[in-house]
Amino acid sequence: MAHLDPLPTGEPGALLHLEELESALVESLTTQLIDLVGVDSPADEDPLVAMVGIDPAAAPSEDPALLRLLPDAYPDDDDASSEFRRFTERDLRSAKVRHAARVRESVAARETPIAIAGEDVTAWLGFLNDARLVIGARLGVTEENHEELAELPDDDPRAALFGVYGWLTYLQETLVQMLMGHP
Amino acid sequence: MSVSPAEVIEPDVIEDVDRPWVTIVWNDPVNLMSYVTYVFMEYFKYDRAKAELLMMDVHEKGRAMVSSGTREEMERDVTAMHGFGLWATMQKDD
Repeated sequence: MAHLDPLPTGEPGALLHLEELESALVESLTTQLIDLVGVDSPADEDPLVAMVGIDPAAAPSEDPALLRLLPDAYPDDDDASSEFRRFTERDLRSAKVRHAARVRESVAARETPIAIAGEDVTAWLGFLNDARLVIGARLGVTEENHEELAELPDDDPRAALFGVYGWLTYLQETLVQMLMGHP
Repeated sequence: MSVSPAEVIEPDVIEDVDRPWVTIVWNDPVNLMSYVTYVFMEYFKYDRAKAELLMMDVHEKGRAMVSSGTREEMERDVTAMHGFGLWATMQKDD
């Protein structure tokens, strides 16, 4: 079972011990997240548009998971939200892809423990949170239905997914507590 | 002490002009209380007490105003919150 130790250097972060299957799971999740959040339309043909990162096609997603990752910025103003999206969504998607790609790279070698330090802290926290948000949206997690989801029979396909969700929660909670100085 | 009318400026008015926009973080069932606190400390550089207070507001009242400033500053804060995976919006402070 995965566990985290403090970094021997004492700096903020953790040494993450993963079993082979857990590394494979993380790798698979990073790939799925990149497939979901990556910009599908190639950078615009107009090199100036591509350079300044404005995406004229950016629109609120109909997929609840994706909409949760890329929410509207102005709750009562669709026009302002669209404008905001065109200017920021591409960068936001890129950052999320970058985090997941960095995590994928660090588990791909199957060498544990993995040192999570410096920039990698942001990448891991971002990936763990994004993955939980997506799975949470897929499962329809609410404040009230945790127990119900935890008691699903093993043959329910949601049971395995909720298991993954709980495992990611454990990793994120432990990492955050270590970063905040509460082992 | 007397001041000429032109010099009379209400401090509240200055405040309104300078900080007319706010960033709101909303409760959601997935984000961890510890993580939300961590993000407020990490990004806004709030001390732990203030960060935990805001996190509890999000958790219990459903939302909290986490920063205020110009529209540009709030767009930056909202983008950063989305980067961390928090559900944030912005609006005019009224």
